[in-house]
Amino acid sequence: MARITAGVTTSHVPAIGAALDNGKSAEPYWAPVFAGYDFSRKWMAEQKPDVVLLVYNDHATAFSLDMVPTFAIGCAAEFRPADEGWGPRPVPVVKGHPELAAHIAQSVIQDDFDLTIVNRMDVDHGLTVPLSLLFGQPEAWPCLVIPIAVNVVLYPPPSGRRCYELGKALRRAVESFDADLDVQVWGTGGMSHQLQGPRAGLINKVFDNDFLERLVNSPEELSRVPHIDYVREAGSEGIELVMWLIMRGALNEQVIERHRFYHVPASNTAVGHLVLENT
Amino acid sequence: MALKKPYQDIPGTTIFDADMARIGYHLNQFCMSLMNARNRERFKADERACLDEWPMTEEQKQAVLDRDYNRMMSLGGNIYFLAKIFSSDGISFQAAASTMTGMTQEEYAQMMINGGRSPDGTPATGKDTAHG
Repeated sequence: MARITAGVTTSHVPAIGAALDNGKSAEPYWAPVFAGYDFSRKWMAEQKPDVVLLVYNDHATAFSLDMVPTFAIGCAAEFRPADEGWGPRPVPVVKGHPELAAHIAQSVIQDDFDLTIVNRMDVDHGLTVPLSLLFGQPEAWPCLVIPIAVNVVLYPPPSGRRCYELGKALRRAVESFDADLDVQVWGTGGMSHQLQGPRAGLINKVFDNDFLERLVNSPEELSRVPHIDYVREAGSEGIELVMWLIMRGALNEQVIERHRFYHVPASNTAVGHLVLENT
Repeated sequence: MALKKPYQDIPGTTIFDADMARIGYHLNQFCMSLMNARNRERFKADERACLDEWPMTEEQKQAVLDRDYNRMMSLGGNIYFLAKIFSSDGISFQAAASTMTGMTQEEYAQMMINGGRSPDGTPATGKDTAHG
């Protein structure tokens, strides 16, 4: 049977991807950001997951205002890096796992989570920057990826509680798939940031570090934090952090924390990163 | 009965909710059209003519022409859609964000290096560390 072995969370700031793509990762501004992932790239090379369920949000790329699914699952065989206005990132095409994705949709929808099934979709920096941070710059991504897109652009996004429960449903789905697969769940986006209005540039280290701690050690309680607390304390775009709860819901109640990293700033954003293993 | 919107009193912040998405639908879809290189060229050649192809309000069109991002957001624009405009202009996210705060790009970039802005709106000076 397939099993969930580990979870990863990371910010997905587009400027991080641009820094890597343009050979700037050793510059003094960026070096500390990439250094925060040194452990994780080595750990990932040892873990060799077969599939990553990659929870992220689209940033007005694949989904315009014509259609805004709250939760969507990518069921295609491959997903191309999107042209976000300045050409696609020079990264490999993302290969999916259509059989597992279809199984997850079948299972999770019957488990009361109404995922939208997407059979054609380009993926933006929200999905490809985490892959770059964890795998570097390979010729091909070393595992299959099932994109799980969450609306956090058009308010209201799903609640933290709903996200946490979806994580549990994803786990039930994975564990009922009849194939010997190691599966990781990644939650991306965040941490505190606000990209708009006179309050742009918001960073809240206290909120972020508390969130990291509670995500690891008291996720049940953290999942009950209402939207307004995220928006007020972590900024209008800090609400992306609800996606991390999907990752956490898919893991055991008790986890082993392998790595924690926090850094300010990357462009407009606080960078946070966790590597958690199931016990 | 009107739904509660507890986020409306957050200083310096416009939440892009379903009502704003309704008001800003054509403005945001115009922005999406700039994902296409040919449309970007047409827009650069004649901004007014391109905007007139969309059923947007005159206020929305003028805000685009003025590159007044705060105004665009107050009229239903969302930052990820509006990003297509400043990307077409060759301006970075950080530079565009600075225009919404009344700071120069240099001042804004320095504030971020100092630790950003606290939730009450106060920029970090590099000396305080409570939030930044």
